Amino acid sequence: MKKFGTALIATLLLGSSLSFGAVAQTVAVGTDKDDKSKYIDAKGEPIYKKFDDGSFDWYTFNGFRRYHAECHVCHGPEGKGSTYAPALADSLKTMGYGDFVGVVASGRIVELSGGAKSVMPALGDNKNVMCYVDDIFVYLKARAEGALPGGRPKREVERSQASQDYENSCLKG
Amino acid sequence: MRKSALTGALLASVAVSIPAMANESVTKLTADPNQWAMQSGDYFNQRYTKLDQINKDNVKNLKVAWTFSTGVLRGHEGGPLVIGNVMYVHTPFPNIVFALDLDQEAKIIWKYEPKQDPSVIPVMCCDTVNRGLAYADGIIILNQADTNVVALDAKSGKELWKATNADPKKGETHTGTTLIVNDKVLVGVSGAEFGVRCHVTAYDLKSGKRVWRAYSMGPDADLLIDPVKTTNLGKPVGTDSSLKTWNGDQWKIGGGSTWGWFSYDKEANLFYYGTGNPSTWNPAQRAGPDGKAIDQLYSMTIFARNPDTGMAAWVYQMTPFDEWDYDGINEMILADIDVKGKKTPALVHFDRNGLGYTLNRKTGELLVAEKYDPAVNWTSGVDMDPKSARYGRPTVLPAASTFKEGKGQDVNAKGICPAALGSKDQQPAAFSPRTNLFYVPTNHVCMDYEPFKVSYTAGQPYVGATLSMYPAPNSHGGMGNFIAWDAGTGKIVWSKPEPFSVWSGALATGGGVVFYGTLEGYFKAVDEKDGKELYKFKTPSGIIGNAMSYTHKGKQYVAVLSGVGGWAGIGLAAGLTNPNDGLGAVGGYAGLRNYTNLGGTLTVFTLP
Repeated sequence: MKKFGTALIATLLLGSSLSFGAVAQTVAVGTDKDDKSKYIDAKGEPIYKKFDDGSFDWYTFNGFRRYHAECHVCHGPEGKGSTYAPALADSLKTMGYGDFVGVVASGRIVELSGGAKSVMPALGDNKNVMCYVDDIFVYLKARAEGALPGGRPKREVERSQASQDYENSCLKG
Repeated sequence: MRKSALTGALLASVAVSIPAMANESVTKLTADPNQWAMQSGDYFNQRYTKLDQINKDNVKNLKVAWTFSTGVLRGHEGGPLVIGNVMYVHTPFPNIVFALDLDQEAKIIWKYEPKQDPSVIPVMCCDTVNRGLAYADGIIILNQADTNVVALDAKSGKELWKATNADPKKGETHTGTTLIVNDKVLVGVSGAEFGVRCHVTAYDLKSGKRVWRAYSMGPDADLLIDPVKTTNLGKPVGTDSSLKTWNGDQWKIGGGSTWGWFSYDKEANLFYYGTGNPSTWNPAQRAGPDGKAIDQLYSMTIFARNPDTGMAAWVYQMTPFDEWDYDGINEMILADIDVKGKKTPALVHFDRNGLGYTLNRKTGELLVAEKYDPAVNWTSGVDMDPKSARYGRPTVLPAASTFKEGKGQDVNAKGICPAALGSKDQQPAAFSPRTNLFYVPTNHVCMDYEPFKVSYTAGQPYVGATLSMYPAPNSHGGMGNFIAWDAGTGKIVWSKPEPFSVWSGALATGGGVVFYGTLEGYFKAVDEKDGKELYKFKTPSGIIGNAMSYTHKGKQYVAVLSGVGGWAGIGLAAGLTNPNDGLGAVGGYAGLRNYTNLGGTLTVFTLP
């Protein structure tokens, strides 16, 4: 868990330092990319990218896949929530990147009425989640902001080598 | 060494096999239709009551007699037991047990609430359900989420013993009921989505001492399989039959969960259950050393075992090298029926893979394997020729394969029917000896399935596929059917469409009425002959519990737990509102959340 935490902070810092740097990929309107070829906003935090033809960047597409493997059994299809856990497509209307990653990594317990508890597990040790936590965040962000109404996002044609390299090193590490 | 351990186990079991006690008390109770002493009504899992006060003509007058709130909001599976004048009601996590006095308008005699670590909650993929209590010899057995098996004094609710069966920190949890046979409590475990190597374990009913454990995969000694005496479709399984079908050490995180409804045949002294999927859901990661499909025995398998020793008499694997999460855990129903014109001691099983199987329960011979939902499209059928090298194996249609000869990783395989929740999940079917038909609550759902690489961490989900589910295309647009099935011929006799999956256990009755619940919360009565709806009542929440019946002071009652949740609540709550699925048939139905809300209530019906 610690390891991922550090990696994340590093990512964040790196992201910030690069956000106004001379990154050459200029496909984006109003967004830049970090060194993993991930779109970032002005704060250097990951953000989805929707192209004019309606397709999305690799990370958003992959977030859809990873969400529907790791998260949907509790949080419902497409972040719509279930009888068991909250609708993340709603939660992310207000929840920021830092809080999101914190809860995913460390978990939390919410006391419900009648003494019942709702428990989010700590997934900090789970590479299948933590290596893709940005992917899942940008996917849910696209859902929360209505950029992605539902279903499987169309993905950009080429997947960047940088995203591939990051995935390989994260899963190994 | 393996061999001697096995022999030792065998000798030990022989030495302790003493006359059956609890078996007789349960047998006696279940023979009396005024009581409901087992979750499934009887050892055969038939979910049939001889009671006939409520019949086709008067069921339309059914009224609510009384209700009881469990105070718990999670999905309520299973149902109450009635022993004498006491009803025993259980709840999902935190697994409270109530004893209600039927002589005093269901006054609470005692309440037992265990203390459990809430960290078990998120390990229970798909809701903190519990499929109910078991009873024998004045003892109530509660199978807690945190894998503690607890024996309670039925009179006082006092704890008699507690046995810890597994470890939730590794992803092992309990959701099923237990089966008490002879002097043993038989306990299964969940956790195939966490890379658990699952097992069935027997505890001594009186002391709670562990007697034997049989794993779903691994060495013969772990499996309690005899290479010579245990048969697979009539042939001895041979040495290390499971180990040979796994790549390296993968059997150690092999899955094969065992949380379904067990049944028992006293005459054969065998109990029956099915095992779940092999972990992970990404078949490419489970391929053999040569990169080809490999069976992964004994996941997806029907087991017949001796309850005293645990030794397997026969096995049959339904879905070798699973590519879709078609768990084999669904209930095994025993019935003596005509199969292709011949009176047969049958075992009937409606698998998640969409095939209804009929086997000879004494020998394990495969007699019928046919689709019980016409939408099923992953297979063209099972090879039924005993002389064939592929005898008993299903033929996978290439379009539905998610493995694709090793090239399926990161490929989205579309339009596979059924979806991972199966043409039927745990919701148990009923059998009526009046009609010789099986009444089956089913799902009518298909999926897109994309497997990808995952890494294993103990206690963390180990899934490895993304999937989208939707109503079966080109059909009635709903996600379920309630069907009548002829297991002797493998044919659907009638089928009643439902807007949502039918996730409630059915009850067939001597009055010719069949009961079941729906996810919107309707409790329905239909005619056993043609499925015509005779009565419905909207309970406070969606029904995923099972219908049961008993009498009190000579009057017949029918009861069911409502309280939406489970896989149904998670997978389907929002599943029908996808604007992009373009299937045409969706239109009329919004998500389940527009129909019902959380909350556990027992509703008890009777005639005025």
